[in-house]
Amino acid sequence: MINSNDPVLDPIIADDAETMNRLRDQLVAAAEAYRLLDVAYRTVDSPVGTLLVAATDQGLVRVAYEREDHDHVLQGLSELISPRILRAPRRLDQAARQLAEYFAGERRDFVLPLDFRLARGFRRAVLAHLVLINYGRTETYAEVAAATGHARAVRAVGTACATNPIPVVVPCHRVLRSDGKLGGYIGGLEAKATLLSLEAGRSTGDTLSR
Amino acid sequence: MKRPFEEIVAEHGSTVLRVCRAVLARPDADDAWSETFLAALRAYPDLADGANIEAWLVTIAHHKAIDILRAERRRAAPVADVAETRSATDVSETSDDGLWAALRSLPTKQRQAVAYHHVAGMPYAEVAALVGGSTDAARRAAHEGIRALRRRYRNSQYITPQKDSRS
Repeated sequence: MINSNDPVLDPIIADDAETMNRLRDQLVAAAEAYRLLDVAYRTVDSPVGTLLVAATDQGLVRVAYEREDHDHVLQGLSELISPRILRAPRRLDQAARQLAEYFAGERRDFVLPLDFRLARGFRRAVLAHLVLINYGRTETYAEVAAATGHARAVRAVGTACATNPIPVVVPCHRVLRSDGKLGGYIGGLEAKATLLSLEAGRSTGDTLSR
Repeated sequence: MKRPFEEIVAEHGSTVLRVCRAVLARPDADDAWSETFLAALRAYPDLADGANIEAWLVTIAHHKAIDILRAERRRAAPVADVAETRSATDVSETSDDGLWAALRSLPTKQRQAVAYHHVAGMPYAEVAALVGGSTDAARRAAHEGIRALRRRYRNSQYITPQKDSRS
C-alpha cells in the first residue's frame, strides 16, 4: 500500500501510532458532534465470550457473539444501516456497564433504548414479546407463538429467536422447547446454558459440564 | 458493498497523516487530517463503489491543506505569538523533524509531488490530475524534490548512500 520507494523518506514513513490514536479519538468526537456517526460499536468481554455491541442514535441495535464473526457483522451493519461506522466506546458506556452487571449477577433488567430496525414484521413482534419474559423465567416456543396471537407459528418463533439481532439484552435465551430441551441459540447452546444457569442463580459450572 | 468507515481510517489514516505532514507543519497537519476524515465520513455513503479510496482521501487532504495554507497566509500578518504556540506543540516531534521541515521547505510543486507519489503512493498521472500540469512534469517535480532532499541529507544518518535503484 505504501510506496515508500525512496530511502530518503524512510524516517517519516515510521508509524506514529500515538498521534493516530489521538486523531482517531478526535474524529469520533467530531463525528458525534456533527451527527455523522450512524453506528457506534465496541466489544465487551463476558463469560460467553467477547460480545460486539453496536448502537445507532436510536439505541442498541446489535449484540453479536464471536461465532457470528464480528467483522462480518460490521460489514452487515454497513450495508443494512450505514457505512458511517466507527469504534466509539463512549456511546456504549451504558450498555457495557449494564452487561457487566448482568454477567456479575447484579442486574436483572436492562434499561437501555433499543433500536429494532434490523427485525421486521412478525420477527419484531416476537422480540417485543421476548422483552416481557422476566429474568430467571422461561417460556416455550409454542407459548411465545400463542402470546403473539399466532399459535401455529411455532417455527417462525424459532426463526425469530435464531435471528434476534440483540441477544442477551432481548432474552431469546429464555425460550425453550416444549420437551424442556434447550432448542437453538444464536450464541451456541453452551452460551444459552450459561445464561440460564446465571439467571437461575447457579454457578455456570453446573450446566457447563458437557 | 461499502466497508465500515472504521476500516478506512485504520487502513489509510497514517498515509493521509504523512501526506498532511509533508505539506503542513505539525498542528496544522493534524487539523488537516481531522478535517479530511470528517469530510470523508460525511461523503462516504455517496462515494462510488470501487472508487480508489486512498486517492480520494489524498485529494480531500490536498484541498484541506490548501485551505489551511491560505487561511494561514491571511492570518500571518503581524501576530507575534504564533511561533510560540507552534513550538509548544512541536515538543513531541522526534528526530525526523528536520526531514519533515526539509520536505516542507521544497517548492510547492516538488513538495506535493513527493508527498502524493512517494508518501501516499499515487501514480504520477493521478498526482498530475491533482496538482495540475502533465504527468511528466509531476514525475520531474518528484525527482527534483527527492534529489534536493538527498543533497540536504547526504551526510545524515537517514541516508542509505546512493540506493537510487527505482524509477
